[in-house]
Amino acid sequence: MSLTDAADPLHDAVLAARLFALSPRTFGGMVLRGGSPARDALVAGLGEVVALRRLPGHVDDERLLGGIDLAASLSAGRPIRQRGLIDEATGGALLAGMAERMDTRIAGRLVQALDDDRAALVLLDDATEPDEAPPVSLTERLAFACELTHSREWRAVELDAAKGTLAAVAPLDDDALRALAATAAALGVDSLRALIFAGEAARGLAALAGRDAASKADLTGAVRLVLAPRATQLPQEEDAAPPEDQPPPPPDGERDEQSDSEQQQQELDLSDILVEAAKAAIPADLLAQLAQGNAPRRSSSSGTGQKRKAATRGKPLGARPGMPRGGAKLALIDSLRAAVPWQAVRRREAGAGNDAAILMRKEDLRIRRFEERAARVTIFAVDASGSAAAARLAEAKGAVELMLGQAYVTRSEVALVAFRGSSAELLLPPTRSLTRARRALAELPGGGGTPLALGLNAAREVAEAVIARGRSAALVILTDGRANIAADGSPGRPQAKLDTEAAARAIMARGIDSLVVDISARPGPEGAELARAMGGRYLALPRADARMIQAAINAVQPIGKAA
Amino acid sequence: MARFPFSAIVGQDEMKLALLIAAVDPSIGGVMVFGDRGTGKSTAARALAGLLPPIMAADGCLYGCSTQDQARYPGVCGTGKMKSRAVPFVDLPLGATEDRVIGSLDLERALRSGEKAFEPGLLAKAHRGFLYIDEINLLEDHLVDLLLDVAASGENVVEREGLSVRHPAKFVLIGSGNPEEGELRPQLLDRFGLSVEVRSPKDIEVRIAIMRLVAENERDPESFAARWAGEDEKILKRVAKGKARLPKLEAGDDVLRDAAELCLAVGADGLRGELTLMRAARALAALDGAKSVTRKHLIAIAPSALRHRLRRDVLDETGSTVRITRAMGELFG
Repeated sequence: MSLTDAADPLHDAVLAARLFALSPRTFGGMVLRGGSPARDALVAGLGEVVALRRLPGHVDDERLLGGIDLAASLSAGRPIRQRGLIDEATGGALLAGMAERMDTRIAGRLVQALDDDRAALVLLDDATEPDEAPPVSLTERLAFACELTHSREWRAVELDAAKGTLAAVAPLDDDALRALAATAAALGVDSLRALIFAGEAARGLAALAGRDAASKADLTGAVRLVLAPRATQLPQEEDAAPPEDQPPPPPDGERDEQSDSEQQQQELDLSDILVEAAKAAIPADLLAQLAQGNAPRRSSSSGTGQKRKAATRGKPLGARPGMPRGGAKLALIDSLRAAVPWQAVRRREAGAGNDAAILMRKEDLRIRRFEERAARVTIFAVDASGSAAAARLAEAKGAVELMLGQAYVTRSEVALVAFRGSSAELLLPPTRSLTRARRALAELPGGGGTPLALGLNAAREVAEAVIARGRSAALVILTDGRANIAADGSPGRPQAKLDTEAAARAIMARGIDSLVVDISARPGPEGAELARAMGGRYLALPRADARMIQAAINAVQPIGKAA
Repeated sequence: MARFPFSAIVGQDEMKLALLIAAVDPSIGGVMVFGDRGTGKSTAARALAGLLPPIMAADGCLYGCSTQDQARYPGVCGTGKMKSRAVPFVDLPLGATEDRVIGSLDLERALRSGEKAFEPGLLAKAHRGFLYIDEINLLEDHLVDLLLDVAASGENVVEREGLSVRHPAKFVLIGSGNPEEGELRPQLLDRFGLSVEVRSPKDIEVRIAIMRLVAENERDPESFAARWAGEDEKILKRVAKGKARLPKLEAGDDVLRDAAELCLAVGADGLRGELTLMRAARALAALDGAKSVTRKHLIAIAPSALRHRLRRDVLDETGSTVRITRAMGELFG
């Protein structure tokens, strides 16, 4: 191997790739994050030992699963079957680029193929936003996830052809199983799939090293490769500090032989060693999130309903030429109508041997078009209390009005919730109507207490209704965060604060995208706390006018972009 | 992956029981499984399908018609001879199109010979078996509506693209999903007969036992299956006996009153809750080989039958299961 720097993330990725190459079916595959030269080198190296077949993001069902090749069938005048990519990649693996943008439809097919042991996958994850990620249902089924964003390696990677086999390695003994299970528990890795992958990885590492049973170093390596990237919590410190003389495990999986007398002691501490190894291997950005007490952010696309596919549903428009694939549906009548005028000519061309009722060509095919419906509903929850109203309410109103003007152009919708005094009110259900929105805003009075919890609950309910209809929702909350009215409408800061937190957590639990715009003159900690509780973003705009608010909202929440 | 034997699944007793009850009485209306990934949801559903005895169906029939179906739907099946086939288990992928689910115009035949023929979809394939949908909460609502509608009526009616087709589609719907990643509408949840909550087992010994069994199965699926065949056979007999016993069992007035009182106490809306509770108790009694349906059966199955029907209050952190257990404690002592 051409690698020298054991600390470089590529080192572990190479190890994972060798395991994967050893038995692609067992490990399902790997996710390679970050578009560094190291990743390209690794993929190239992997391609030498495992046949990689590229899977384009726009693949249709027929190509993926196999089926009738429509164009070939038409020109031949008889059905021509084609094999699907999944079958073609048998024995090798499918390679999917930009996996963070993978369509749920394709992911669903791949999940099935993985569950049936028919496929192995290499996903290239180029996500740059924290809420972008490949579908979790897929990554859950792949043993390895390697973060290569920060790798400094650029040399070619050569994976040694696997010598051993998994079958030659003995099953893990009880101590090893127990240590792995304890480590998974300490890291908050609940999935049993992960645990099973870790066990197989330990055996795989032994196979690569030519051993017939997994050693401590193999277990350490398995923990590092499989469990550490899946950590959802930092291991709790033991009551008794681990003995000082316990050396940290060698980071590169170097073998260290223990004498028999030490064996007993070693087994007792095995899970401690594994936990330590895992801790050292948790990727830096994940570590930072965990240290803050935040669970890793899920791919938000999984929580906020399906994205609209304009090509498949909505109000039917007319037909246009095209192939029925990727969910686009054939407009049969229009296709036939397009073919009819050519029948005489084509029959002469085809000769006497062709007895098909109608001779169709690829260019006859028409697909149906559908009107695209609103992709996203942005729900504004505006604090109209006395404290916020004094200076900011006018700006907030202006921002909403500007957004609405833009929404009119981009076909997205806006809803408006206001809260003041002891109640929250849906002033405007999701709409694209400018006049209605203007009127609702103009009539919005200011003053009274801040029933923030009520406002959040009302906004969440609107968002849930939107999501239930298959659209996605985003909340923009304009407030100073200083709640003083409880959820039942009674005054009192402590209860108001508790209720607000509960309401914010409910928003997070639903996975609704949210943004808190702090509109107080001097932002305190409340706004940021609120945003954190909701799992949303935060913007402080002490001296902003309507246009600045709008610019900020657009920067964080690109409403104009069709989802 | 080799099909994992049902009896070899460690723990997850509530889920296993719910699946068996659905197998005894498919009219209960499906099972919804709430829980994280990697907890053995799909393994259990698949294992159950693998466990059930083969069915007799018309040879070559795309719908898996029984003799009764042949009589009821002369248009779809004809009079093919009966042949045994495995109980179908259909895994509905997320992102499946409506066409693929309900069936569609057979493009090939339409284009080649101008013939208007129906190409059956996944609903036809699932007839008399199981339809499993992982992450049903992420499925588009119109598809979920459609599935529940067909599951309730036992028949798929297609009126589109110039087609007019009606074919039998009786199946046990099994949905699974993690509510934190998106919820099902309450109206849809209510249509599921039973719901269970599964968690990854926290006990280290249990987790080790699972790892060991999975590894054994990977290594030598055949002898693993052989080792568990006896246990699976016992479960199979229990289900078969339960099915035979079910029509003879009737819930008495006292059990009906208990069911009504419980539903009222926990605030489960609608009659569906009471009906399902009663049916599930009856199926459980049948599965247990009991002579009559008693309060004991009702209590055992109430959490599964009711927990998804309670009105949710976001501010009340008390789980549904706790509320049901508490209500049962107050009512029945």
